[in-house]
Amino acid sequence: MAGHDSFRDLFFEEAEDLLGTLVDDIARLKSGERDEEIVHSIFRAVHSIKGSAGAFALKHLVSFAHRFETVLDAVRSDRLPLTPHLLRIVERSADHLSVLVEAARNERSTDQATTGAALAALDACLDDGVPSGPEPSLPMAERVLVFSFAPLALDFDDGEAKPLPQTFTIRFRPHPALYDNGHEPGLMIASLAELGTVQTEVDLSALPDWSAPDIIEPALVWHIRIETTAGLAAVEQIFEFVDGLCDLSISEDDSPVALPDLFDSEDAATEEAPSIPAPEPAADQLVETPQSSSPAIAASAVAQASDGSAPRPTLRVDLDRIERLFNAVGELIINQSMIAQRVDDLQIQFDTDMTSHVESYRLLARDIQEAVMAIRAQPVKPLFQRMSRIVREAAEGTGKQAQLIMLGEGTEIDKTVVERLADPLTHMVRNSVDHGLESPEQRRAAGKDPVGTIWLSAAHRSGSVVITIRDDGAGLDREKVLRVAISKGLVPAGAELSETEIDNLIFLPGFSTASATSLLSGRGVGLDVVRTAVQALGGRVSIVSRPGKGTEFTIGLPLTLAVLDGMLISVGGTSMIVPIASVLETIRPLPGDVQQIGPDERLLSIRGRYVPIIDLAEALGFPRAETNDPAMLLLLVETESRGTCALLVNRVHDQRQVVIKGLEGNYGQVAGVSAATVLGDGQIALILDPEGIITRSPLANSQAGAQRVAALT
Amino acid sequence: MAITVLAIDDSRTMRSMVRRALGAAGFICEVAEDGVEGMRRFGELRPDVVITDINMPNMDGFGVIEMIRQDAANRAVPILVLTTETAPEFKDRARNAGATGWIVKPFEDQSLVQVVRRLTGGL
Repeated sequence: MAGHDSFRDLFFEEAEDLLGTLVDDIARLKSGERDEEIVHSIFRAVHSIKGSAGAFALKHLVSFAHRFETVLDAVRSDRLPLTPHLLRIVERSADHLSVLVEAARNERSTDQATTGAALAALDACLDDGVPSGPEPSLPMAERVLVFSFAPLALDFDDGEAKPLPQTFTIRFRPHPALYDNGHEPGLMIASLAELGTVQTEVDLSALPDWSAPDIIEPALVWHIRIETTAGLAAVEQIFEFVDGLCDLSISEDDSPVALPDLFDSEDAATEEAPSIPAPEPAADQLVETPQSSSPAIAASAVAQASDGSAPRPTLRVDLDRIERLFNAVGELIINQSMIAQRVDDLQIQFDTDMTSHVESYRLLARDIQEAVMAIRAQPVKPLFQRMSRIVREAAEGTGKQAQLIMLGEGTEIDKTVVERLADPLTHMVRNSVDHGLESPEQRRAAGKDPVGTIWLSAAHRSGSVVITIRDDGAGLDREKVLRVAISKGLVPAGAELSETEIDNLIFLPGFSTASATSLLSGRGVGLDVVRTAVQALGGRVSIVSRPGKGTEFTIGLPLTLAVLDGMLISVGGTSMIVPIASVLETIRPLPGDVQQIGPDERLLSIRGRYVPIIDLAEALGFPRAETNDPAMLLLLVETESRGTCALLVNRVHDQRQVVIKGLEGNYGQVAGVSAATVLGDGQIALILDPEGIITRSPLANSQAGAQRVAALT
Repeated sequence: MAITVLAIDDSRTMRSMVRRALGAAGFICEVAEDGVEGMRRFGELRPDVVITDINMPNMDGFGVIEMIRQDAANRAVPILVLTTETAPEFKDRARNAGATGWIVKPFEDQSLVQVVRRLTGGL
């Protein structure tokens, strides 16, 4: 089917939103809120997922959603009390539903046993709701039957079509309600005519005397004869919707019979007699219903309309178009800074028209940039919501008790960042439950609440986004961490590291303290992967741990991947950019601070510690910088592989935002260089990757160097 | 003459699918995402046919049907219920509210088009 895929995408996007609503609503119920509307909203979300999933033949999803919906329906119609137990099942079912949606999205199959268990849990709820005994409560039994799901497609070309024409005689007497429900007998007969040859006769005998008071009562009786090859089903189909709104009889003729013979007056009279009372209650109802319900409907409509929770209108745009806009804005920013610099160079007097125009251009460009960035910004909420499931699963898998508290879910980050953050965040949250929290017994012994808490928060902090994952567990066992690091050769034996340094060891590749790999996080994937993933996004991870109190991981991320906060430096006469995110501090060393420990190796002494100095010029293949250059500066950078290092640069000009231009398209991956940018004066500057530079540096790599560092500290 | 259909459904997917099916068949299909918006759109558009979901926020499908039928001038407007439910009780309820017919989700484009054609005599 043409365009089917885009509908599929749409469905999954929508399902994601609906699952988000589910999580929210369930959280509200858990917090003790008891508003009927919450249950309705949950029901609708599940119902919508079921309805749309059916369109894509997602059978597992439909049947599970259906069962889930049945339970929710019982809750919303007060047939099942919403006990804490039931609420847990609802929550688990919502989790499972999201697993099924995820599986369907990735076209993966799901574990039948899990689905079976989830279904059984739902069924058990329904069983509980029915008083045990020989007579199950009637509405319940009905409900279960009623909801048995039989997808019924309106198939008009159904296989019944027979080559031989059949003749049907139809007697059709519409009730008033038929007209009131928007049916038009003329159109129905026209539809019949499409199936074959139709002969119609209208019996006017029931028409009242024109002087009678009520001539609105429809009194026409239609006698229709149709010769068709479409079969009885097709004929009945035409009358599908009017069942109950008319007297109808359809019979097949074996032999052609003249119409009047079949409907002689006597026959008609006997048939009509019992049916006369029928239209009356229907008519009454129609008159009454609108009157009785109208004020209520009008009132609710007004109430709902004034309630500001209605979704704001949105526009779906192809991501490619936004990328294009992004690139154009990037160029605009570069162009703006070039003009600004040029004007600056001209030394035009302040306050002239020119400078004020340039200034408003700068502000405008900034506004545009922010607006465009906002297009790609998405709240972290859906991502965070997924974590509540991870916490539950992890807690269950490890026999711990945990709750998740989310803060700042409304914080917005670039769409790509949100997407690429999913894996590292999942890993860290799991890690926090798995390794951070203690078992309920241990917690009780330590005088803590047996239920551990994980806090997940997001906030904007000066041009970047900070996400923290905190637990109230036991904190890092530093002795153990150090022991493991030494035993794995990650740190030389006898090295004395600061607490922060020890804490950071857990980010080293190949580090894992869990003595027995646990079921969940210990899959041989360590926190080093998390650090790499976050760094790939231009961010940083750090850790703070307090024994007995807990551990906090902080992820700092840029707001966007298109613009970078950089430090403009000179190395070997060339301008380059070092990402601010990787610079800890800038130091102008005093002569005594630099220690020569070999022909090519120098160490910086800083606050009683020694860090290796890496000559950036040399590392990049320029002539070596002079150590006694008075302008010489050291940038302290923190790296994954080598800890803190000092990069020797000739000069630091300023800090600025630069637009990232990928190099990979033209040059492939260049070690030590992550991208390039165009500076205000049109110069091209490389954006450096300190990690890559230091990893390649001979000093940092040599075990001897590291040991010498250790000896000095 | 062009026939205007108003489709009311809180599911984006469903709205798009109805729109695509009817649009391809030459109907003008307008959409609304809940009962309240549906009523507002109904007032503006005076559509020839209404297709409505039942479970929706703000005002549900039954409410929509009753409200439309409340005005005698609208009694001839066909209203189709688009639903996953197949139970006779449900159909009775829809019919009592004033629904003209129903289409069961998931639907075939062709069936939907055919039903709408049948009720409007158009296209």
